[in-house]
Amino acid sequence: MDEALKFHFVIDGDNFTSAGEASVEVKKKLRQLGFPPDVIRRVSIAMYEGEINMVIHARGGVADVLVYPDRIVIILEDHGPGIEDIDLAMQEGYSTAPDSVRALGFGAGMGLPNMKRYTEEMHIESTLGVGTTITMVVNVQ
Amino acid sequence: MKIREIVPLLEAEILCCEDELDVEVYNACGSDMMSDVLAFVKDQTALLTGLVNPQVIRTAMMVDMRCIVFVRGKHPTPEMIALAEENRIVLLSTGLRMYEACGRLYVSHLAKEG
Repeated sequence: MDEALKFHFVIDGDNFTSAGEASVEVKKKLRQLGFPPDVIRRVSIAMYEGEINMVIHARGGVADVLVYPDRIVIILEDHGPGIEDIDLAMQEGYSTAPDSVRALGFGAGMGLPNMKRYTEEMHIESTLGVGTTITMVVNVQ
Repeated sequence: MKIREIVPLLEAEILCCEDELDVEVYNACGSDMMSDVLAFVKDQTALLTGLVNPQVIRTAMMVDMRCIVFVRGKHPTPEMIALAEENRIVLLSTGLRMYEACGRLYVSHLAKEG
């Protein structure tokens, strides 16, 4: 029962246009696997926000999705600048994104809060100058 | 409200997925910030936006939206239209500004999002 289906993605940090393609792929796979729409949506949104963050802030990274019957685990790892103050970054409306990113419709300081909103668990490990790893869990009810 | 009813209300041009005009939408959301859309929107919502880039389509895909209206006469790129077609999302364009487009839908009893 505890054997996970694993999916691995490389997130291209140089291409804002393609950001989100991994989340779309995960959404399709979860749909094929027959997960409830609500679970699929929460996983897709949380991962999509994470993907966008990795492209905006960290020149890309890797994403691993582990699918268990009762939960879905999303691990996003980048080697970007790291998050200086995680508590502050978690506040709605706080953003370090430049105006050029806001012109693209992101950087409103809602990315991390959205990831927390749609997941049951979220852990951030970040070291300045080294990178960030975010682990999120969505339970299947 | 059917997407078909939105077209005359907003004097909109249909850009793709004309065969999906009978899909129902229950509410609408006007925003140029995609994370705000992701934070609050439920399914079968129409998105009104002045933002034009592929992430608008992808945001709609994430929340299973079926209709996007580009306001202020904005037009999506061919790449965006192709992505929307692939995912059966109706794209409309209206010359109205965001405020008036949202207002017309609201007074026509398309419920607010949430």
